[in-house]
Amino acid sequence: MSSTNRTAAETQALVTRSLARRYRAERRFRFYGLTAVLAGLVFVVFLFGTIFAQGLSVFQQSYVKIEVFYDPEIIDPAGTRNPDDLVTADYQALVRASLKARFPEIEGRRDLRELYGLVSSAASIELQQRITSDPSAIGTRETRWVLADDTVDMLIKGRVARNAPEDERRLSDQQVNWIAALERDGALALRFNRAFFSNGDSRDPEQAGVRGALIGSLLTLFITLVLSFPIGVGAAVYLEEFAPRNRLTDIIEVNINNLAAVPSIVFGLLGLAMFIGFFGLPRSAPLVGGFVLTLLTLPTIIIASRAALKAVPPSIREAALGMGASRLQMVAHHVLPLAVPGMLTGAIIGMARALGESAPLLMIGMVAFIVEVPQGVFDPATALPVQVFLWSDLPERGFIERTSGAIIVLLLFLLVMNATAVLLRNKFEKRW
Amino acid sequence: MTPSILIISLLLLSFIAYQLGKARSLTVVGGARGIRNLHSLPGHYGLLTALWCGLPALLVVLVWLAVQDQVLIALISAQLPPEVRSLGSDQFVLFLNDLRNVVAGNIPASQVSPATAAAAAEYLRLQGVARLALTALAFALGIVAMLVVRGRIRADLRARNSVERVLEGLLFLCSLVAVLTTIGIILSVVFEATRFFGIVPAQEFLFGTKWSPQMAIRADQVGSSGAFGAVPLFAGTLLISAIAMLVAVPIGLFSAIYLAEYAPSKVRSVVKPLLEVLAGVPTVVYGFFAVTTVGPLLRTAGESMGLSVAGESALAAGLVMGIMIIPFVSSLADDMITAVPQSLRDGAYALGATRSETIKQVVLRAALPGIVGGVLLAISRAIGETMIVVMAAGLAANLTANPLEAVTTVTVQIVTLLVGDQEFDSPKTLAAFALGLVLFIVTLVLNVIALYVVRKYREQYE
Repeated sequence: MSSTNRTAAETQALVTRSLARRYRAERRFRFYGLTAVLAGLVFVVFLFGTIFAQGLSVFQQSYVKIEVFYDPEIIDPAGTRNPDDLVTADYQALVRASLKARFPEIEGRRDLRELYGLVSSAASIELQQRITSDPSAIGTRETRWVLADDTVDMLIKGRVARNAPEDERRLSDQQVNWIAALERDGALALRFNRAFFSNGDSRDPEQAGVRGALIGSLLTLFITLVLSFPIGVGAAVYLEEFAPRNRLTDIIEVNINNLAAVPSIVFGLLGLAMFIGFFGLPRSAPLVGGFVLTLLTLPTIIIASRAALKAVPPSIREAALGMGASRLQMVAHHVLPLAVPGMLTGAIIGMARALGESAPLLMIGMVAFIVEVPQGVFDPATALPVQVFLWSDLPERGFIERTSGAIIVLLLFLLVMNATAVLLRNKFEKRW
Repeated sequence: MTPSILIISLLLLSFIAYQLGKARSLTVVGGARGIRNLHSLPGHYGLLTALWCGLPALLVVLVWLAVQDQVLIALISAQLPPEVRSLGSDQFVLFLNDLRNVVAGNIPASQVSPATAAAAAEYLRLQGVARLALTALAFALGIVAMLVVRGRIRADLRARNSVERVLEGLLFLCSLVAVLTTIGIILSVVFEATRFFGIVPAQEFLFGTKWSPQMAIRADQVGSSGAFGAVPLFAGTLLISAIAMLVAVPIGLFSAIYLAEYAPSKVRSVVKPLLEVLAGVPTVVYGFFAVTTVGPLLRTAGESMGLSVAGESALAAGLVMGIMIIPFVSSLADDMITAVPQSLRDGAYALGATRSETIKQVVLRAALPGIVGGVLLAISRAIGETMIVVMAAGLAANLTANPLEAVTTVTVQIVTLLVGDQEFDSPKTLAAFALGLVLFIVTLVLNVIALYVVRKYREQYE
């Protein structure tokens, strides 16, 4: 039966019959949409949940309280207080002596070594700094909180179960007992993790900190901002206000759009071949990192700045020109001040992207193991996301926490930057 | 003078020139009363003087700084003792490395050979001479230009026009940086890739199925040849990208549809930014998430079903990459869906269509080119994504379509080939540039197609 021959009643019946099926399809479709949204939200929660669950504990670290006696016999047997001797003295022995005083019943080389293993090797460095900065402390007694070893820290934080088999927790049964004894005395506790914010990288999880990476990131971002903001704004002003419509400007525009989508690793190849290979700039330097990230963020900043310029109404330009201003005066005195908030927003978003970028930095060698905190843009350095990458590769249990902690620091910076951008936009956004 | 101090003092000199030029223009017309006789504002005369004083001198300094290293090395190479000059090219590169390290102060001169130490001392001496000459030249240029321009200031000098021409030129140069970047990318990648293709034929690279770039250090070592067939890498990249798109396109598309067409505006205003948070998370974070959480999860899930899942399975990398791309797809699709005029929807409702029928048969069809463009852009993102795969995908080049096995990708290989100290002329290093060239071309083509599709579509409603 062809449709033209249907009577109205038949059509009505056909529609009514199909309604239930169509409504089911409607509900199903809607359900798919809802599921997709929920899946997306679940991913967000899951991602941040795991990172924070693994990383929040990094802000606290296990410290051991020791009674240290700055024994003149060990530090300075000659009694000369010669600074060179003070630096090279055996501070490890001081730490050991105080641990041994706490557990006098422990005998035997193996057991003693296990006991000494509870305290981080950073403890002796701390004592060394204490004595070299203030030699008058020699011969006195002092109670100090020193870093515990990372295996102890993992146990205290419950990342490693106390009743786990011995070989799985990297601590022996007697070490666990000593830890329990120390805890009962209140001589082993979680305190604010200063080392995480004041140290550079280290092979020992308990001593590894983000300071070096953070400073490296800030130096890199400084170079990036100083170069990319003026160049980006300049390019946007030229293209939006001065450029004649010709083939060259078309090429420039297409180019900018394409550059925005070039994978970041290709920029790393450019940096390696050009800046390091051709111009002979140093490897691993924040300067080169800044150059590469400048080229990477330029398209973002140019596109945002052009949008900000476009948002300034033409009447303002016409008024300025009508008063006899030249085009440059019109732009510099009238258009730019109105467009600056939008441009800054774009710049901050570009910087946030640069801060999270790591692939191009791998190419130019900012992945080295660097303990010292960089002092300038020519020093070898690494960056915060690269530090995350480096730590994520290490086998120690403690580094999972460090990595998540570094990610939290990184995310906090990104949050602050993006929030600033949003605030700036909301505060200065004008509707003409 | 160190370069940074030199640049700062040149800027100071330009500032002095500004003041001089400004004062001169006022003197020429007899003080502030005569200002109406000036062609331009006094500040323009100051700027003109400052630009002439600062720009050429700065240009000279920057050019010299860019080429200094090469010039000095060339000068030193010419006067090296014969036994150093007769070294092979590898040895000579090592010699230069030592030399640079001594110059930079990384190694004390006592630790290297006397020839290197002497060369380093010579380098430092030449560098000192060059700095002195550069300082003198830059200042001479700046001061002479300043004085000449100052002497030429007359009441009818069209200072504003000249200044604006120069500034406009500078703005043009800024916009040229983008083009120069592209040229730089093409030059550096193509140049190194051609050198690679001189060693390994292009057909072997593009169609070979065996990838093991380990080159022996000595010729007599076992397995010294190395194979550079990149097909397993391309296949691995495609596999992971395909998994990513299988995750991202349905979720991204459906959530865009739901948020644009069904969700109340309050829900939309909360959920949309929340989903977009995923776009702002650095990719290393995703990589870490894939390694520590998703990988082990899939492994246990696979074991419980009796499947063997590799620790660095393509599935884990692809899944996490898909999560990363969701907001990318959803916000592009959202733009396209909201761009469809309401009148089209109203027309469909008037014919008795349900909401989902309207969406499927009217809205999505109208938005299709835009969505396709967005998906193409997302694919190009997935192909070029580096950190997730570097951390979560494998290193071994397996030619397989099984998502539970470990595969490697183009970007992973670029990173592994280039990270660490390598010389520029081994095929291993050059192979990375060849891979970079392929990556650049593929993403570029995808972008051009995507932009073309999107643009073509947008014109329909305008």
